Amino acid sequence: MSKVRIKTLKIDDRDVGAREDQTILEVARDNGIHIPTLCQLDGLTNLGGCRLCLVEIKGSNKLLPSCVTAVEEGMEVSTNTERLQKHRRSIVELFFTERNHVCAVCVSNNNCELQNLAKQVGMTHVHFPYMYPALSVDATHDRFALDHNRCVLCTRCVRVCDEIEGAHTLDVRGRGIEAYIITDLEQVWGESETCTSCGKCVNVCPTGALFEKNKSVAEMKKQTKFLPYLTMMRGARR
Amino acid sequence: MTKLKLATVWLDGCSGCHMSFLDLDEKIIEIAEKFDIVYSPLVDMKEYPEDVDVVLVEGAVSSDEDYEKILKIRKRSKAIIAFGDCAITANVPSMRNRFKVDEVLKRGFIETNTDNGVIPNKNIPLLRERAVPVYEIVDVEIFLQGCPPSADLIYYALSELAEGRIPDVKERAKFG
Repeated sequence: MSKVRIKTLKIDDRDVGAREDQTILEVARDNGIHIPTLCQLDGLTNLGGCRLCLVEIKGSNKLLPSCVTAVEEGMEVSTNTERLQKHRRSIVELFFTERNHVCAVCVSNNNCELQNLAKQVGMTHVHFPYMYPALSVDATHDRFALDHNRCVLCTRCVRVCDEIEGAHTLDVRGRGIEAYIITDLEQVWGESETCTSCGKCVNVCPTGALFEKNKSVAEMKKQTKFLPYLTMMRGARR
Repeated sequence: MTKLKLATVWLDGCSGCHMSFLDLDEKIIEIAEKFDIVYSPLVDMKEYPEDVDVVLVEGAVSSDEDYEKILKIRKRSKAIIAFGDCAITANVPSMRNRFKVDEVLKRGFIETNTDNGVIPNKNIPLLRERAVPVYEIVDVEIFLQGCPPSADLIYYALSELAEGRIPDVKERAKFG
């Protein structure tokens, strides 16, 4: 058995201890220090995509995503400086302007991570122009639907479909502002030959982009707690 | 103590924010002790007064009438409160923004009308190209989120203003 090394560091001026294989985000959470996240979900591979979990590290000008940054001995981390708060607010505002997010008429109203983040980061209104992109809804699947208007491209659905279900039905097409979620080789979802209809993608989706059919405004509630258990059981079998 | 002059305005919204204002129930008496309601869809006053202290603006700026109103309101008011999600984000009215105005009117008055609809063109305000949040046209002092903002939130915000404080709604309000 290999020895686990312990690192000591400071997060927000608090001395904390961590295993050397831990990320800054994990250690912060272990110590009750809250860092906002969106694309990160326990049980899935960390991506560092949404940039909400950015932190400042003393001695570096770069802001680093805490979900994919390993701890180091003597590190001094700040998780909630004015600069970080400003960036986080801008990130959330950009999510709202890039697609058509209308909380009032969304299936996920009151159960939405983006809506909660807006409150958490203190977004009063947006400071960027709304894009109003013309986006479609794929409702060809028997039980589920994909509304691109509400998607934030966190890729949790892509990762759960690949890493946990093993189907890899979902993926991302295009780059940057033109990226969007596809099923198989961009067939409609209802005609997918790989989708097992397990519904994990729907449950890990933080917004109303993936939802169960026949849900009306504010009726869609997601379950994500199953994921760490599934991952743990898979690990035990390997 | 002189009462503050309060106005409420209804632009492109569903009046739900005003309904929420009425949900203040008996607390509206308390508000009436602190404010004179000088202009509102709820009171009979035709012209927006010259020296309003605080105005609650519900709705997005969607038509040429909304546009002219909000310019006048800005000139005649000390503090504008963007009252609810339509005023802050353009919300549901903005869902037409990905279409051209004539497409929207055709859809609303002709394609979905079973007996020979016509697009009205007299005595009604003309739609602007896009429904936009109030802050895109004029400066806004306070944002009161919600669809609608709850009666408690409205009460809190107005009570703070009556005491001469700027209400901090961040912990209390949410979109949707």
